[in-house]
Amino acid sequence: MNISLSITKNIHDWLLSIMPESAANIVEMVLIGLLYLAIFAILGLFLVLLERRIAAWFQLRIGPNRVGFHGLLQTMADALKLLSKELTGTTKADKFLYNLAPYFVIVSSLMALAVIPFTKEFHAFDINIGIFFLIAISSVGVIGILLGGWASNNKFALIGAMRSGVQTISYELSVALSLLTMIIITGSLQLSEIIEVQKSGWLIVQGHIPAIIAFMVFMISGTAESNRAPFDMVEAESELGAGFHTEYSGMKFAYFFLAEFINMFIIAAIAATVFFGGWLSPFGITESIPWLGVFWFLGKTFILVFLMMWFRWTFPRLRVDQLLTLEWKYLLPINLVNIIIMALIVWLNLTIQF
Amino acid sequence: MSYFSDIYKGVKTLLTGMSVTGKYFLNSRKGAITQQYPDNRDTLKMFDRFRGEVIMPHDENNEHRCTGCQKCEIACPNGTIEIIWDRGIDETTGKKKKKIDQFVYHLGMCTMCGLCIDVCPTDAIEWGQNFENSVYDRAQLTRVLNKPESKLQPGVED
Repeated sequence: MNISLSITKNIHDWLLSIMPESAANIVEMVLIGLLYLAIFAILGLFLVLLERRIAAWFQLRIGPNRVGFHGLLQTMADALKLLSKELTGTTKADKFLYNLAPYFVIVSSLMALAVIPFTKEFHAFDINIGIFFLIAISSVGVIGILLGGWASNNKFALIGAMRSGVQTISYELSVALSLLTMIIITGSLQLSEIIEVQKSGWLIVQGHIPAIIAFMVFMISGTAESNRAPFDMVEAESELGAGFHTEYSGMKFAYFFLAEFINMFIIAAIAATVFFGGWLSPFGITESIPWLGVFWFLGKTFILVFLMMWFRWTFPRLRVDQLLTLEWKYLLPINLVNIIIMALIVWLNLTIQF
Repeated sequence: MSYFSDIYKGVKTLLTGMSVTGKYFLNSRKGAITQQYPDNRDTLKMFDRFRGEVIMPHDENNEHRCTGCQKCEIACPNGTIEIIWDRGIDETTGKKKKKIDQFVYHLGMCTMCGLCIDVCPTDAIEWGQNFENSVYDRAQLTRVLNKPESKLQPGVED
């Protein structure tokens, strides 16, 4: 077991004192799994509520404010309602794949959540190919969407799923290349190393112009990657009903729904970690109190989540051809040139460091 | 070189759009247009052009402005308005004259198109603000708009 489970150092020592090492490792893994499931559920429900309130404010409405204090329990009530609903399905659906699809989506976003550093010691899986793992895992989710669309045996669901495939394959390139631009500075794929490098200035400051371009490209392609408006052709309501999850109901629908919001959080968290220093406080003002890192990390992430919600409630939906034009004719060439500029800047030592 | 100017224009227009929605977001506290309806039932004021139902206003002498010309009945596309009229003796001139007996308005059939109000030459009927029209029996939606014993306001026909 060479996975560093540094969140649970104290719990690890305590467990070792009462049981053999292999049993302690298994208990730890179960505990961490449960912890991340809890984070997943709470974060998902909170993000749905946040989205609804922010959407309301953008549209000069009030938003959910009836259930609980200022509507804080609204999404809890929705989740309970979805839990109690019947799980329906079409008769000609491929039952096995149909039931499997939501778990693909949810497992892939949970796995991506595992490598994100919340604060210095709160990091479930500090793998040395962290960014690579994130890029790989974030495109596994589309298999769930494709399976869901295919297995529903519904035209709209299939069209939605195919659009999702097109979109993810295209925009995967831009996500990877824009992160690669930043990796030229850090020289490491490990997320804790990337944060270590940023102690002498956040990467968006260190890499100045190409870093800002890379950040913009990453936010655009990340929005497309998480299938959110203005790139929400997967579930374009006016064209496809509900898209790939048309035939899903109850908790299976909720899995897709939660996974979409968690994906948005993951994209924002990667951007916060790679460009804005993750859990590092600005100018190191709270460096002596490590647990405040969670606060800084979540603060930066939620500002970026808000930015993505701002996109959603401002821009109209793209057509498929416009989507592909944007990726292949604009973002990709810009990205390739940007990598060269960044390489030159790092080579000539033009980075800004404090 | 339109490639680079396209990128510039694209970024610029996107930022313009975001600034517009951003302004709305910042001002949302003051300008929320949602009415919290059952809670503010006492203070709720519907907007001026709201089409709730057709009413016939009466002044303090229980007089209305309807001459019984039946233009509204003709204009109505779905037979919502039915005017039951009569001939009575006019007190001042002593001549026989048309007057309304009952202005029957079937709210259940009304589509709120407003043609009757547009066509009325004496502005006898207008839009009401009431919208709580649900009843248990359809017959209750048939209303007589002129109040009992009401008369034509003098001077309307001149």
